[in-house]
Amino acid sequence: MLRYVFRRLLTAIPTLFVIVTMAFFLMRVAPGGPFNQERGLSPEIRANLEAQFGLNDPLWLQFVHYLGNLLRGNFGPSYNMPDFTVTELFAKGLPISVQLGASALILALLLGSVLGTIAALNQNKVGDYTVIALATAGSTIPTFVIAPVIQLLFGLTWKLLPIGGWGDGAFINKVGPVLTLALPQIAIVARLMRGSMIESLRSHHIRTARALGLSDWSVVVKHALRGAILPIVSFTGPAAAALLTGSVIVETIFSIPGVGRYFVDAALNRDYTLVMGTVVVIAIFTIVFNLIVDVMYAVVDPRVRYD
Amino acid sequence: MAASETILSVRDLRVRFRTLDGAVEAVKGINIHINAGETVAVVGESGSGKSQTMMAAMSLLASNGEATGSVDYRGRNLLTLSKSELNKVRGAKISMIFQEPMTSLDPLYSIGNQLIEPIRRHRGLGAAEAHEEALKLLRLVHIPDPERRMKSYPHEMSGGQRQRVMIAMALANDPDILIADEPTTALDVTIQAQILMLLAELQRKLGMAIVFITHDLGIVRRFADRVYVMRQGEVVEEGEAEAIFVNPQHAYTKMLLAAEPTGRKAAPPANAPVLLEGRNVEVTFRIGGGFLAGEPLMLRAVDHISIRLQRNQTIGIVGESGSGKSTLGRALLRLLPSDGLIRFGDRDISTADRQAMRPLRREMQLVFQDPFGSLSPRMTVGQVVTEGLLVHEPNLSGKQRDQRAVEALREVGLDPNARNRYPHEFSGGQRQRIAIARAMILKPKLVVLDEPTSALDRSVQKQIVELLRKLQTDHELSYLFISHDLSVVRAMADYIIVMKQGKIVEEGPTEAIFSNPQHVYTQTLMAAAIDVTRFRLSA
Repeated sequence: MLRYVFRRLLTAIPTLFVIVTMAFFLMRVAPGGPFNQERGLSPEIRANLEAQFGLNDPLWLQFVHYLGNLLRGNFGPSYNMPDFTVTELFAKGLPISVQLGASALILALLLGSVLGTIAALNQNKVGDYTVIALATAGSTIPTFVIAPVIQLLFGLTWKLLPIGGWGDGAFINKVGPVLTLALPQIAIVARLMRGSMIESLRSHHIRTARALGLSDWSVVVKHALRGAILPIVSFTGPAAAALLTGSVIVETIFSIPGVGRYFVDAALNRDYTLVMGTVVVIAIFTIVFNLIVDVMYAVVDPRVRYD
Repeated sequence: MAASETILSVRDLRVRFRTLDGAVEAVKGINIHINAGETVAVVGESGSGKSQTMMAAMSLLASNGEATGSVDYRGRNLLTLSKSELNKVRGAKISMIFQEPMTSLDPLYSIGNQLIEPIRRHRGLGAAEAHEEALKLLRLVHIPDPERRMKSYPHEMSGGQRQRVMIAMALANDPDILIADEPTTALDVTIQAQILMLLAELQRKLGMAIVFITHDLGIVRRFADRVYVMRQGEVVEEGEAEAIFVNPQHAYTKMLLAAEPTGRKAAPPANAPVLLEGRNVEVTFRIGGGFLAGEPLMLRAVDHISIRLQRNQTIGIVGESGSGKSTLGRALLRLLPSDGLIRFGDRDISTADRQAMRPLRREMQLVFQDPFGSLSPRMTVGQVVTEGLLVHEPNLSGKQRDQRAVEALREVGLDPNARNRYPHEFSGGQRQRIAIARAMILKPKLVVLDEPTSALDRSVQKQIVELLRKLQTDHELSYLFISHDLSVVRAMADYIIVMKQGKIVEEGPTEAIFSNPQHVYTQTLMAAAIDVTRFRLSA
């Protein structure tokens, strides 16, 4: 197993290289550059800035420089926020986004699984229809609707939660954003869980367990649930990578200083280094979480072996 | 047998399923009783309700099913017991084993874990004691090296071993009744015989009653004291097993008894042209290996096999699962890469690639075992049947294709109107006819039949065998008939190849093989499949 993990980490290197290369050149294909929007910029100042950041070098040389810096863990300076390096921006924002994302993910997995199981056990009955209705609503109402509604009801009307802001990470400030992030995920997990639980409950070994006179608890939790959990595990990989790297909508609406905003802002401003930094971080998260998922698979299912 | 106490009596049992098309009655008011220690067979074809009867008795019906009537076990009606009361009977007093040994055990828990759970639940033993009990049970069902097996997972065991484990679980609490629902159907014939002998031995030792639910009259003849014959949810005949075999009363029972495929196929003249020839054919599979993963394991599935198929000849390829018989069939059609020489007609196709093979494909067709999986559920029967024409006779108009579909369906004995319907509307036997029509519409010379009758009821098998033989005569077809079912092979093939672990262990004309098998393996196969002596005469 260790050998497998090692092998996977090794194959991550060429994967990352391809992602970085594609992102780097695609970014440059887009028209404009980091200093185009600032209208007042005189040509001399602009030329100076571009020279300072090496933007006048041939593209391949810029790429080589960037790779060299990246290998030393240096993401470079941000072009639009010149007071910060990209590394500093992530060091400040990433822990915040990760906290919110992880809380939302855990909430979604727990609540979603329970709801999905309840639905499966009551297939085509009231409990099932209720969960399906909630799940459909949860996955169709967009985040940018849920967030303001939460702000309006819990913040303004009932004054239970702050309307926005990070509040240095106070619990009460996290409730709104975490709920907003979690709701669609709860819906997805519940639906996945319902489907795979229904299938699992129909499987032959569940019939065996019932024929042996085992208790409902054992049949459902020990035998059916463990088999049904695998699709949830697969879902968790990409979901974790997406949630933990922040959400532009939630962070903007709740004024949270996370990293979710960077991707969009940076792309619009042609902040090359910040875009690249975001790409690398998301890629690493995705690779790592997919690896964790595969390892979890082997933990849950003895038939899965890597060697 | 001595008159003994009736321990289970099923009275006026009805089983209904609510479906989208309304209620379907699967069991229509039947009466069955089981006496202590006896062996009862409930016989019938698929859809007869034989399984649902016992599922209802165990409260294992699907959620849209409901049972009425009564199932009395020692004076208590199982149908009205509360769940917790019922769970004291299920797995303890009455236990059950199923047809699907591959999926009936939980794949995520070790054998030991699964064995210990019902022991602890019903007998309230501690972990250590239950562990000892589980070991004892594994020894009882002759699982070698039981200590090690306790830690094994189901996927690490063969089908036969898994069925032994199922039996061990079912016997864990010394039941009064063991219900065996087609316990050997999914197993190879030699393994079938072992499992049946094990059940007979355990019954002698432990004295429980056994209820066999089966379509296999061989099992009934060897085992049962009494028989219930079921058809379409009703018991059409019941009585002592001997009496039913000697003097069946109901027409359906007579039909079942006569359903074994009969007739023999004569060999083609010695000078008939050779259609397909393989010399030293080898197929090797790589398992594992790759980047940092070390050397792959090489598995030789087909090992130096030579075969000569003449026009109008049927070669039966016989062997158990894993013997390489299907792989050989696919390799000879160049559907798998292989080494060695393969000739089709006068062409060497040993190295022909996909493109070179395409024009030849219409002359070599394949019919598969699974009539449910091999037809696309999203195409009408007409589309399924004529799809090959689009490739091989692209000049046909839609009308001409439709005409060909009508002819092909008629030829396989189906109503041509079937072409506007979808495969799921047809029974297994009808679907297999559709699959055959799909092959026949291209007017092939060679058809590889890969277990085409194995998923079908006996009476349907017989019809399909007759259809295939008729098509062969009409079109001078050559068949490669791959099967583990010796009685079907005997009726179909004029030459037999017996395979084991990728090698030919014996070959020769059918009658020679059947009357005088030389190799020990062939003899075992024959004994397991053909021998009808009883394992046990009622005590």
